[in-house]
Amino acid sequence: MSDLNLKTIAELRDGFRAGEFSAREIAESFNAAVEAGRPLNAYTVETPEDALACAEAADAARQSGDLKPLSGIPLGIKDLFATEGVDSTSGSNILRGFKPPYESTVSANLRRAGAGMLGKLNMDEFAMGSSNETSAYGPVISPWKRNDGGNAALTPGGSSGGSAAAVAAGMAPGVTGTDTGGSIRQPAAFTGITGIKPTYGRCSRWGIVAFASSLDQAGPMARDVRDCAILLEQMAGFDHRDATSLELPVPQWEAGLSSDLKGKRIGIPKEYRIDGVPDEINALWDRGIEWLKDAGAEPVEISLPHTRYALPTYYIIAPAEASSNLARYDGVRYGLREEPQGGNLDAMYAATRAAGFGAEVKRRIMIGTYVLSAGFYDAYFTKAQRVRALIKRDFREAFAQCDLILTPTAPSAAFGLKEKMSDPLAMYLNDVFAVPASLAGLPAMSVPGGLDSQGLPLGLHLIGNELDEQGVLNAGLAIEERAGFTARAERWW
Amino acid sequence: MSVGSEQVRHIAKLARLAMSDAEVEAMVPELNAILGWVEQLGEVDTSGVEPLTAVIDQKLRLRDDIVNDGDCRDAVLRNAPDAQHGFFAVPKVIE
Repeated sequence: MSDLNLKTIAELRDGFRAGEFSAREIAESFNAAVEAGRPLNAYTVETPEDALACAEAADAARQSGDLKPLSGIPLGIKDLFATEGVDSTSGSNILRGFKPPYESTVSANLRRAGAGMLGKLNMDEFAMGSSNETSAYGPVISPWKRNDGGNAALTPGGSSGGSAAAVAAGMAPGVTGTDTGGSIRQPAAFTGITGIKPTYGRCSRWGIVAFASSLDQAGPMARDVRDCAILLEQMAGFDHRDATSLELPVPQWEAGLSSDLKGKRIGIPKEYRIDGVPDEINALWDRGIEWLKDAGAEPVEISLPHTRYALPTYYIIAPAEASSNLARYDGVRYGLREEPQGGNLDAMYAATRAAGFGAEVKRRIMIGTYVLSAGFYDAYFTKAQRVRALIKRDFREAFAQCDLILTPTAPSAAFGLKEKMSDPLAMYLNDVFAVPASLAGLPAMSVPGGLDSQGLPLGLHLIGNELDEQGVLNAGLAIEERAGFTARAERWW
Repeated sequence: MSVGSEQVRHIAKLARLAMSDAEVEAMVPELNAILGWVEQLGEVDTSGVEPLTAVIDQKLRLRDDIVNDGDCRDAVLRNAPDAQHGFFAVPKVIE
């Protein structure tokens, strides 16, 4: 059975159930693809035996008629998720070798649904980055290349860069990602795949290494919209162990899929026409508007007046929460410990953290500590939370006039490794379109829309009202059907 | 507001990050660039706006007042860099 690793989750599930191939064949195909894909550095840990064991359970379940929703489907899990007995390091040296004695709720939900695990996926350290270059394991290389004849190594985006590359390269049919300010959507756009961040609170954060707790949200990344719906349905759900978990039933998003958008109004925010964004991206945005019109929707111009303040707001709130969350890495309970000769406990803390954290993490801890420190708290943190309330209000007012919002996902196509590393502010701008929805806790998705002149994927971004994942998925499906995006990275690895 | 090397040292101390003089010097312009950039929020009139506390409105749940998650000492200690006699061990804190 060749090319099983290029099928969608729905195709694998349905083919497996129909007896066209076994779960073992699926697992073997992906295990081989993971091994062959090592030059991309997408996986930090490979767990082929786990994938095989779950496949055998699935094959037995098919015999006994006891199938679960994801029986026979092996997945990649971002290294931010605690996986019992398997290294969970958040891409950081400070957690190297950490084997949690527990399983995150999201990955446990996927396992309960029958999914196997192919391995843990590389990521920016503690999810802080937009290019995967801050990972302690080194950057992930995108399977995509520019068509300019050069051979530049490109970023798959970040922080879920290993997740994105794994799907794009056929090394997993679907994966978990997490999104704090665009970490699912930007890498999905860069690699020509689909990814959705649900409403804040849909997926439990329990067992996910915390970056910025008021923003972090898990979501799936996969080849298409249907696969995202399938995975999200299994990942989401109330969890009493997460105080921000929403106590609501999980809708049947896959069964609810429909690309008929008659009667839907699509908001086009005028503030998202930003100087310096390439014409090709604005042209794709215009095509997206036409596709949604073709599906029956009516575009309406809306205003989100505080858009330009979203990034600076994010870069106060996220580091502030991170500096607090990352205080737990002190060399006492888990992870690295550095003990300077003759040093006391304070010296151990400081040395451990200096040795264990990379440059970007240190930068954000420093910013976060500063904005929370005595004398500056109100000027920075409280101010940012007030602006965040205005950003939230902008969306609330916009959704009185429209059902969904369409924008580009990222202000550029994938860039080359090292091209932006030296300029943190330029790197932060990558998430200019993604961050506002994160600050407002809204569901948002990236769907591939086309290729740029260099042959690289570009994404379209849909933002929905609170709890309206179905609306987002449906509009995503309408775009997917019309964009006809079938391009794949040509295999060079 | 901008920071100098003394202030960066102070923040590093609060953050419990050991930093060499060279690292402090390199951090000064980086922090100032980011702080200068975020200061544009000063343009926004936020008078009368309550700071956002919960992004999705919901009632805070109370947990039943029962002991749970106990009886797992060994699991808790399993990843400790140094555990002795069933406790986390750290360098001496009392002289």
